[in-house]
Amino acid sequence: MPFRARHLLGIEHLGPDEIVTLLDLADRYVDLNRGDVKHGRALEGLTQINMFFENSTRTQASFELAGKRLGADVMNMAMAHSSVKKGETLIDTALTLNAMHPDLLVVRHPSSGAVDLLSQKVNCAVLNAGDGRHEHPTQALLDALTIRRAKGRLHRLSIAICGDIAHSRVARSNILLLGKMENRVRLVGPATLMPNQVRDLGVEVYDDMRAGISGCDVVMMLRLQKERMDGGFIPSEREYYHRYGLDAEKLAHAKPDAIVMHPGPMNRGVEIDGLLADDINRSVIQDQVEMGVAVRMAAMDLLARNRPRPSEAGVMV
Amino acid sequence: MSATHFINARIVDPEQDDTITGSLLVQDGRIVAIDPAQIPRTAETLDCGGNYLAPGLVDIGVKIGEPGERHKESFKTAGLAAAAGGVTTVVTRADTTPAVDTPETLNFVRRRAQEVTPVRVVPMAALTKGRGGREMTEIGFLRDAGAVAFSDGDRVVQDPKVFARCLTYAKGLGALVIAHVQDPGLSAGAAVTSGKFATLRGLPAVSPMAERMGLERDLALVEMTGVRYHADQISTALALAPLKRAKASGLDVTAGASIHHLTLNGLDVGDYRTFFKVKPPLRDEDDRIAMVEAVASGLIDIICSMHTPQDEESKRLPFEDAASGAVGLETLLPAALRLYHADALSLPQLFRAMALNPARRLGLESGRLTPGAPADLVLFNPDTPFVLDRTTLRSKSKNTPFDGARMQGKVLGTWVGGSRVFPTLLA
Repeated sequence: MPFRARHLLGIEHLGPDEIVTLLDLADRYVDLNRGDVKHGRALEGLTQINMFFENSTRTQASFELAGKRLGADVMNMAMAHSSVKKGETLIDTALTLNAMHPDLLVVRHPSSGAVDLLSQKVNCAVLNAGDGRHEHPTQALLDALTIRRAKGRLHRLSIAICGDIAHSRVARSNILLLGKMENRVRLVGPATLMPNQVRDLGVEVYDDMRAGISGCDVVMMLRLQKERMDGGFIPSEREYYHRYGLDAEKLAHAKPDAIVMHPGPMNRGVEIDGLLADDINRSVIQDQVEMGVAVRMAAMDLLARNRPRPSEAGVMV
Repeated sequence: MSATHFINARIVDPEQDDTITGSLLVQDGRIVAIDPAQIPRTAETLDCGGNYLAPGLVDIGVKIGEPGERHKESFKTAGLAAAAGGVTTVVTRADTTPAVDTPETLNFVRRRAQEVTPVRVVPMAALTKGRGGREMTEIGFLRDAGAVAFSDGDRVVQDPKVFARCLTYAKGLGALVIAHVQDPGLSAGAAVTSGKFATLRGLPAVSPMAERMGLERDLALVEMTGVRYHADQISTALALAPLKRAKASGLDVTAGASIHHLTLNGLDVGDYRTFFKVKPPLRDEDDRIAMVEAVASGLIDIICSMHTPQDEESKRLPFEDAASGAVGLETLLPAALRLYHADALSLPQLFRAMALNPARRLGLESGRLTPGAPADLVLFNPDTPFVLDRTTLRSKSKNTPFDGARMQGKVLGTWVGGSRVFPTLLA
């Protein structure tokens, strides 16, 4: 099966066949990661730079581990504290890094489209680790792998994505991916946290949580950012938890075997009940973290195979 | 006494409904007659070769980087761009650094323009000091110094009381006030128009309703004060109904549209192309079509370029952080001709919107071909095809959304007061 992409900037640019190829390879890396010797050679001799313009612990650690497990030389740059603050532009930073000949560049940036912009200026493969409210493709891919392993398939499922859809790149990437794989996607949340004309993306929109998750196979919760809790978008944390927090009572409206997902980090008692999050019969939140490493290994492996060879590099701008 | 006889021309007279084939006599910088009965013996004959001769464009709302941002555009480069684009009168914006809010700054602008600009430059002045929306400028002194209109550019005077007082004072002087119609709260921080595209791209967006809200507030205050009022850019179908009502009720109101909103739509932004970031943001295709129809019906009076030079550094940023605006002096005519080639607007309709109406609104005698009017002329071939290469633009900044676009229509010559300013003989 083919994987044509040069960069992983978003789910938007991937075809269903590319998604399946990537997930199949990730399945193999799950086995590797569970074995005694957690080491592959797919990225041996290659240099991976993680550039995080926004603070991140979990995603950065996941990418770092994925690179190291496949033998890459991994460098982390915490850009949130670096020369960018001194006025260096994104483009200058990109050109500086490009001169270090990385093969894989993993970028997170607070502005939508910033990773696209950067990918136009460097010679290596670029992976989007989250840009503004735009996309977070590896999160959607790891969610897809988690669902496929738990449900045995990744099509014709009813999946409810609940919470702050408007500000969520995770939601956008998931809507695109689950749509491409022909699932029924429902969005649940107050209208103030719903993007404009989101129905045009081929989803169903629910204001009422119980109706929204009724009969679903998957309930995917999103994190509600602290700064959005007080008055601006929702009246209060406690009203939000009452209407949209996932607890056992609301979950009873979903299918009996419905799984519960959350991209982390969780606000226990805000969008999800703490006990439910820890219930190993329903919650696959720990699996998501495990799948994250495998999916990122697969993504970097496939992009490394497609990277321009030194002989071709001369043609590139 | 110098005279030029333009012969063998297709004459676009915006006061007529059709183009006519004929000749035009110019003497001492002024138009004498179309198809003159008598031609002075000394008159020089200029064969137009069957190309189109029309009044030069009057472009309201041109940003020039003097004072303050000369690295983006100077009077010299803007003048060259205007001449090459067939724009014979440049109406400058006051949103410079510092703003044109005193007679002294206005005089600087006029002097700089006179020294280096081959086309006419008529300045606008700020409505409030520093465009801060708090205190009115010396509207009387500024008018006496030559300000043709008063505008804070893309800043809205938010306090209705301040704005009402400015309008009342301007009304007393008979001054024209030009306003940017956007509800400032709703549009704060927005980079694109809300909708599916904005959602997919994850960009902060504004509802088109913000434009209608801004216009409706202004129209209420115009009704209260009776001031002469022009909305700089209308871009949404939603705003057309209140505009129509205001005009029907007899308010002294006109409205403009930028060429970019008439020829491009929000999807052109594509993968975060910042040269397509303008203010207000590009709209849906339905809005674009409604705007073109409004120009055809005369509801929208004026088409402008909203020329806003931005250097590479201001544009090579993530979309949200990139500066707004596009250059347009040189591309105004070829872009407008897209509407002609699409059979949406006739040439006389286009030149009414780009020459006659803006000149009339500002009280200028140009923009027409009537005897006695200044001989500000553009000669062009509407059919010449070309692919625009932004590096060839004469503006110091090259931020055009038409880079690489196929266009039709080339300016062959531009005259200001009967003197040829493009192409210059030496250049």
